Amino acid sequence: MTQLPHSTVDALVNFNRQAIARALNLLEDRRPNRQAQALTLLDTLSTLPASAHVVGLTGPPGVGKSSLISRLIEPQVQDGRRVAIIAVDPSSKVSGGALLGDRGRMQLPNQVYARSYAARDRLGGLSREAFSAVFLLRHCCDVILVETVGVGQSETDIATLADTTVLVVQPFSGDLLQFIKAGVMEIPDILAVNKSDNQELAQKALADTQAALSLARRPAPPESAAWDSPVLAVSATTHLNIGTLSQALSAHWQHLQTTASLERKRAAQHLEWGIGEIVHEVGQRGLAALGGVEGVRAAWNQQPAHWSVVRKLSVLLEDVQYRPSS
Amino acid sequence: METDRPKDRPWVMRTYSGHSTAQASNDLYRLNLSKGQTGLSVAFDLPTQTGYDSDHALARGEVGKVGVPICHIGDMATLFADIPLDQMNTSMTINGTAAWLLALYIAAAERQGVEPQALQGTTQNDIVKEYLSRGTYIFPPEPSLRLTSDVITYTVKNVPKWNPVNVCSYHLQEAGATPVQEVAYALCTAIAVLDTVRASERLDAAEFTAAVGRISFFVNSGVRFIEEVCKLRAFGQLWDELTCERYGVENPKLRRFRYGVQVNSLGLTEAQPENNIPRIVLEALGVTLSKDARCRAMQLPAWNEALGLPRPWDQQWSLRIQQILAFETDLLEYGDIFEGSTVVEGKTSAIKNAAWAEVERVMDMGGVISALGYIKEQLVASHTERVRDITAGDHTIVGVNKFTETAESPLYSGDSSAILKVDEAAERDQVARLQAFRATRNQAEVEAALSGLRAAVLNGENIMPASIRCALASVTTGEWTQTLRDIFGEFRAPTGIGGAAAARTVDGETAQELEELRARVRKSAATLGRPLKVLIGKPGLDGHSNGAEQIAVWCRDAGMEVVYEGIRLSPEQIVTSVRDEGVHLVGLSILSGSHLRLVPEVLTGLRAEGLSDVPVVVGGIIPEDDAEDLRQAGVARVYTPKDFEMLRILSDMVEVAEASA
Ligand code: B12
Ligand SMILES: Nc1nc2c(ncn2[C@@H]2O[C@H](COP(=O)(O)OP(=O)(O)OP(=O)(O)O)[C@@H](O)[C@H]2O)c(=O)[nH]1
Ligand SMILES: [Mg+2]
Repeated sequence: MTQLPHSTVDALVNFNRQAIARALNLLEDRRPNRQAQALTLLDTLSTLPASAHVVGLTGPPGVGKSSLISRLIEPQVQDGRRVAIIAVDPSSKVSGGALLGDRGRMQLPNQVYARSYAARDRLGGLSREAFSAVFLLRHCCDVILVETVGVGQSETDIATLADTTVLVVQPFSGDLLQFIKAGVMEIPDILAVNKSDNQELAQKALADTQAALSLARRPAPPESAAWDSPVLAVSATTHLNIGTLSQALSAHWQHLQTTASLERKRAAQHLEWGIGEIVHEVGQRGLAALGGVEGVRAAWNQQPAHWSVVRKLSVLLEDVQYRPSS
Repeated sequence: METDRPKDRPWVMRTYSGHSTAQASNDLYRLNLSKGQTGLSVAFDLPTQTGYDSDHALARGEVGKVGVPICHIGDMATLFADIPLDQMNTSMTINGTAAWLLALYIAAAERQGVEPQALQGTTQNDIVKEYLSRGTYIFPPEPSLRLTSDVITYTVKNVPKWNPVNVCSYHLQEAGATPVQEVAYALCTAIAVLDTVRASERLDAAEFTAAVGRISFFVNSGVRFIEEVCKLRAFGQLWDELTCERYGVENPKLRRFRYGVQVNSLGLTEAQPENNIPRIVLEALGVTLSKDARCRAMQLPAWNEALGLPRPWDQQWSLRIQQILAFETDLLEYGDIFEGSTVVEGKTSAIKNAAWAEVERVMDMGGVISALGYIKEQLVASHTERVRDITAGDHTIVGVNKFTETAESPLYSGDSSAILKVDEAAERDQVARLQAFRATRNQAEVEAALSGLRAAVLNGENIMPASIRCALASVTTGEWTQTLRDIFGEFRAPTGIGGAAAARTVDGETAQELEELRARVRKSAATLGRPLKVLIGKPGLDGHSNGAEQIAVWCRDAGMEVVYEGIRLSPEQIVTSVRDEGVHLVGLSILSGSHLRLVPEVLTGLRAEGLSDVPVVVGGIIPEDDAEDLRQAGVARVYTPKDFEMLRILSDMVEVAEASA
């Protein structure tokens, strides 16, 4: 195993942004020696507390995700909390290139760490790198805000990464109905109807949204039965109800901790994410070769506890690659 | 032989100028007037345009560079010393701070003993094209339009000969717009302005009609001058119909399309710059040939436009072009020579129909403000097409991509002696004078004037009276603007680069080259460990975004991952982004002339963050001597307008990134 300088880990957990940037460069690096270093780093961090609150914002293009992030980080930074932002933009299918534009739409105080990723060949609203970045950053700061690609209804990934998922929609757009009808999205932890720029608009927007929700016969979210997802009419432009949105985020974070569902949620996310990666890499047949979901779960649980998710996954993948596909 | 009809009066002849200090610019204006110029056109420096005093941190290195710094009434008085303002026609290219500069002008006139009623001239005051192209916006759209409307309603009542707003299509063409887009988006802007005025309910019906009649335009004229003749005829017809139908203006005189012009500068080249003179002449024809669509005022760029700032002699040459057209040729002796031409009429109605369809599309999106993102994307896409055609040789530019061999030029040897150099001492001078001015003010008066301003803004009163009181009380440009910033907040305009695909229709050899480039970019991921990621940055107050947008769009289409955050970033912000984003290469684009300050600041910042291994390339208006200095300071490559082959620039960038891996 490659040796890791202590100073690196110290710097990371102290939110040293030079160190964070270098570590994230390393996590992305596909050269074998760098991959080995990256795994060591993640394993080392895995033994340390992962105390950051991961908030995911998803929703259709142009709905105001980046603008809302600008608003949400203001009080956080003022309170001296360490904030990181991950933003994901789509890659061009033709050229493979990407324009990473969210950063330019946010007002970023100097104390924040923000990084953009291209989705590359991944569907679902996130990029592969965003997952490992969040795993790392959870050890380095107090709150992580993740903005997904604004592609609409196929953005299901975020629920497997965020502790708290916020779905952002526009008032009177029918987006919400689309989302729910398409069945791809469970009810999010928080629903924010952005661009409700004044009280009057906010009232109407709320009524409209409630109607859509009742139409869709709002299913109870399965594993957090005690959490009643709030619906908030907000405005990133006029700051309307931004404080309420912040409070809802903290309340959900509190809820996850007091009901001990955080650990459960994260463990489930890791496994789900792992399975997704396996299917992505080696297909359903590969998954079958590992004994299906059950087999993966068993193997996963037998792996050393201090292994990072990424290492667990890479070992499993190595395993399946060496098995003859039947 | 002369015709017996009386000759038409020539248009107002101007030269867009201003630099260093109010004193130096006043000298220049008086010199220009003595050469037969008939109006003034003031270029302000970027701090004045974006509302910062000359001693603000963001103004460092920009003071007096591309225009004159005006911080207070003292500067304004100096600028027009010995120029009687009741006789002058002054055009001011001022937008974000238009209300303030007009207040200073009115106050300075008062000190000359000239009544506001006597003042003639124009404040550009078109914020929409600042968001779309020009970049000196400050506040969000809604309060900005309110300021525009305040200037209009104030001048209609108090400064009746003033043109309170010059709706600009000029800058749209400079950002790549086609003639149809130029016409359509300018009309959409005029609608937004007039709708705002009408909704303010400050004017009665007669005053509103007068306000419509005071709206003038500032247009562009490209080298395809026949199409330009038709564009202007279409523009005029549409304006006539729009003011009649939408605003109920019955008097045809008040529906007349009145416009000033600066001819196309985007097409003026760095290579063989003497060829720019015939281009300028032809472009001037486009806006003068047709009597029915002739400009009211004209200013021409200089032959050395793409090299840097023009010297007095260069500007004189351009003024002489106007004078030759007006006084030597028979241009002004005939009625409209296109009357009855089916060719011209056909083309005119084609432009008219297409432009109106586009206006309707924008109106369906809720108007020009709601559609800003869409329009900006359309402009970037058009410019991308232009760059692609030049790169592929489908759009001929003589001396650039065709007929490139040349004898040695006696005018220009490639060094930086053929441009104006602004004295570095001007900034120090200006700052010292500003600080002395502040020290002699009555502070209580200043405070009182500023709280009056604040109250006027918050109470929704017209901003002009309070601003004029501020001007007379010696408030500064920075103080006036900061008061409004605190209330309105600031704005970042959309970048428009999400919608344009460079490669959409490249074919033949260029498509082949692009494929090879993509393969090369893909391969570089093996050397770099991950896909090539670059940051394109625009440091300083510079708003020239074309180059950065094109580089960003083409990098994406070559398969790179591109971080681009838009214009007006500080070197510190750029360094932070480079660090956080983990890019392999930084590309800076600077056309404002402040590269020798900004680039070293970025390099120092990178070093301080332990990022000296990230290579930096720079592009823009960089004289060769400066380029050498930048390379000495550690810049890997420098590009200027003569580097028009986009694919070659991109493949260079891959090479530089790989070499530093
Ligand atoms: C178009 C233009 C404008 C447009 C800009 C529209 C826009 N959104 O970009 C408008 C009309 C708005 C404008 C306004 C002004 N302009 Co102007 N403008 C020009 C003009 C005519 C062309 C520039 C251009 O866009 N070229 C097309 C692009 C694609 O080329 P490019 O930027 O040179 O980029 C190429 C290379 O340089 C290189 N490159 C550039 N950047 C980068 C970055 C990287 C990473 C790489 C690899 C390569 C690279 O690659 C590109 C490919 O060929 C030039 C003169 C000229 N002909 O060059 C004057 C010019 C730049 N403007 C000038 C001035 C003074 C102004 C004003 C400041 C005037 C004033 N006082 O108000 C204003 C205000 C603008 C502001 N806010 O800063 C001066 C600058 C003088 C100086 N440097 O000393 C110039 C040189 C004209 C002159 N001679 O006076 N302008
Ligand atoms: N009126 C109004 N406009 C808003 C509000 N929030 C955002 N906008 C505008 O909506 C546009 C898009 O905002 P962004 O924050 O970039 O939206 P996004 O969801 O991050 O967009 P993508 O990342 O492109 O999917 C911008 O022009 C914002 O100014 C709001 O609360 N009210
Ligand atoms: Mg966004």
